[in-house]
Amino acid sequence: MGTPWPARPPGRARRWAFADGAYRGLLTAFALFVFVIAALIVYESARGSGLSVRTFGWSFLTSTEWDPVAGRFGALPYLYGTLVSSGLAMLLSVPLGLGAAVFLAELAPRRVGDAVAFVVELLASIPSIVYGIWGLFVLAPFLRTALEPWLIRHLGFLPLFEGFPFGIGMLNAGIVLAVMVLPTIVSLSREILLSTPRTLREAALALGSTRSEAIGVVLDAARPGILGAVILGLGRALGETMAVTMVIGNASRISASLLAPGATMASVIANEFTEATGDLYLSALIEIALVLFVLTLLVNAVARLLVHWAAGGRRDVAGTA
Amino acid sequence: MNRNLSRYGALAALLALAATAVPAAAQNLTGAGATFPYPIYSKWFDTYRQKTGVTINYQSIGSGAGIQQIKAGTVDFGASDAALSNDRLKELPRPVLHFPTVAGAVVLACNLPGFKGTLHLTPEVLAGIYLGEITIWNDKRVAAVNPGVALPSAPILAVHRADGSGTTNIFTTYLSAVSGKWKELVGANTSVSWPSGVGGKGNDGVAGLVRQTPGAIGYVELAYAKQNRLPIAVLRNRAGRFVEPTLASTTAAVKGAAAALAKDVRAPIVDSPAPDAWPISGLTYLLVYRDQKNRVKGRALAELIRWAMRDGQEMVEALDYARLPEAVVKVNEANLLELTSGGKPLLAGQ
Repeated sequence: MGTPWPARPPGRARRWAFADGAYRGLLTAFALFVFVIAALIVYESARGSGLSVRTFGWSFLTSTEWDPVAGRFGALPYLYGTLVSSGLAMLLSVPLGLGAAVFLAELAPRRVGDAVAFVVELLASIPSIVYGIWGLFVLAPFLRTALEPWLIRHLGFLPLFEGFPFGIGMLNAGIVLAVMVLPTIVSLSREILLSTPRTLREAALALGSTRSEAIGVVLDAARPGILGAVILGLGRALGETMAVTMVIGNASRISASLLAPGATMASVIANEFTEATGDLYLSALIEIALVLFVLTLLVNAVARLLVHWAAGGRRDVAGTA
Repeated sequence: MNRNLSRYGALAALLALAATAVPAAAQNLTGAGATFPYPIYSKWFDTYRQKTGVTINYQSIGSGAGIQQIKAGTVDFGASDAALSNDRLKELPRPVLHFPTVAGAVVLACNLPGFKGTLHLTPEVLAGIYLGEITIWNDKRVAAVNPGVALPSAPILAVHRADGSGTTNIFTTYLSAVSGKWKELVGANTSVSWPSGVGGKGNDGVAGLVRQTPGAIGYVELAYAKQNRLPIAVLRNRAGRFVEPTLASTTAAVKGAAAALAKDVRAPIVDSPAPDAWPISGLTYLLVYRDQKNRVKGRALAELIRWAMRDGQEMVEALDYARLPEAVVKVNEANLLELTSGGKPLLAGQ
């Protein structure tokens, strides 16, 4: 936007003006199209959830009862399930992903880094049902026979690890989600680290810092961009449906234990929408979609603020543009 | 412009005339709804098209969505695994008739490590397991109905359908019929608020969880359990006998409920009093407006259902559905005569 356009040959000015105008109009329409879609989503889900909103009001967000027989609906178990499974996924994937990205960008030979990055990006294109099947048939038996009995034996006194080792539940969902968002975090963070100015590392090393201190300097500079990568991964975790449905256990109960089954907002919509009997039931499911949309919006807004805050006004470093 | 329009109008009128003059020659019917009967419906509709030239486009989008479609009038018939309650019938713009087409059974698949033989269950034990009151396999209430066999000390994982489904409706209708506590705490519907256990998506999701979790028990359709050779439990029926779920014992359950069905075809057939009945059985229905707006289409639809009740029933067992007993076929045939268009009956009595 900022750079001035070069002067045009005077004879062709009119034709240029027309082409410019048309081009500009076309691009503006494309940009507006995104707004229109978002607005339509909000409009449709607000319209569809009207009945549920009028019936339950704010108690929809605080009630734990989801009873299609009695026609009483509360979304708290799903809100909780979405936040806990995504939170667990980020807890596992952020340290792992960041570590991998630092290794690939800073320590590994460029060739190795490129090869690993290629494989990581390949992971991102695996359909989510494959992750779900992996969670159900590979991860669940491992959790059931190895990890969960161990957790119960050694940490069973914590409410976090109470219960029976069945292999499916919140823990399984968190791990599957972590694996799914890992490629996003690794490949984006690596790109951002690679795009930080070389001079930063050179300056740090020249001032006598060790290699790890120099990496610290680079990481600090890349902080806003890395945060963006993490937020993008979180967005994927919040909305993931298929894989989570297969491994989370689909029980609309809130339980402190990670070994217990749960359910997420996306999974309950996918499960119950087609056979929802009655207008209020359908309306309640659409309201969950609306809540999920608002939650995603909030997460994105908070992320923007965080990136802004992390950038601290430095608009000269990579990843802030 | 105007002249063009009127020309099209005339053309449309001609076409409409042609359509009434040649009935059923190239009729198209559309239907939507239940996924459970989809295999038999597509077999029926394909055979029927070859015989009569009537094309039926059926979309298995789920019972709930099928009801929405018939309500909106976008399809000629709906299909549902659950009969509509009186309240829900009132939500529809005009009176609707139910036509049961085939019966299905819901069976219990289990995974008991080191257990040889067939698991025996009573209605009380089954309700206790799904209520979360019986949590371990060697509980004395389970042992009491399985005398002489050693039950494992594994914890019980009660698996249910996570997605709304007619299968869940049949299963929870059964539990409500046999357990007062279940009826009060949970009730019956295509999806309910489960007091315990975990959910799997679809028959395959439930079977997958059962197959790979030692100590798990879950309910699936009979056809699915048969085709996948899952170990299944026997259950004590109302007559006090332990029965195995088969197509014959499912048809027996429908037969046992024939008197109630003759009064109201929507009557539940779970917990049938017949001595050899499998108690967790249900019917799947076609939903048809009693008064058809289009006489030609209405007649084609009525003839299709009449065919399904006779020739159609001969095909169902090959696809693992239970056929309707003669008594229920007769109820349907009587109801077919009630279908009208503009107040005049669509089919003449035979």
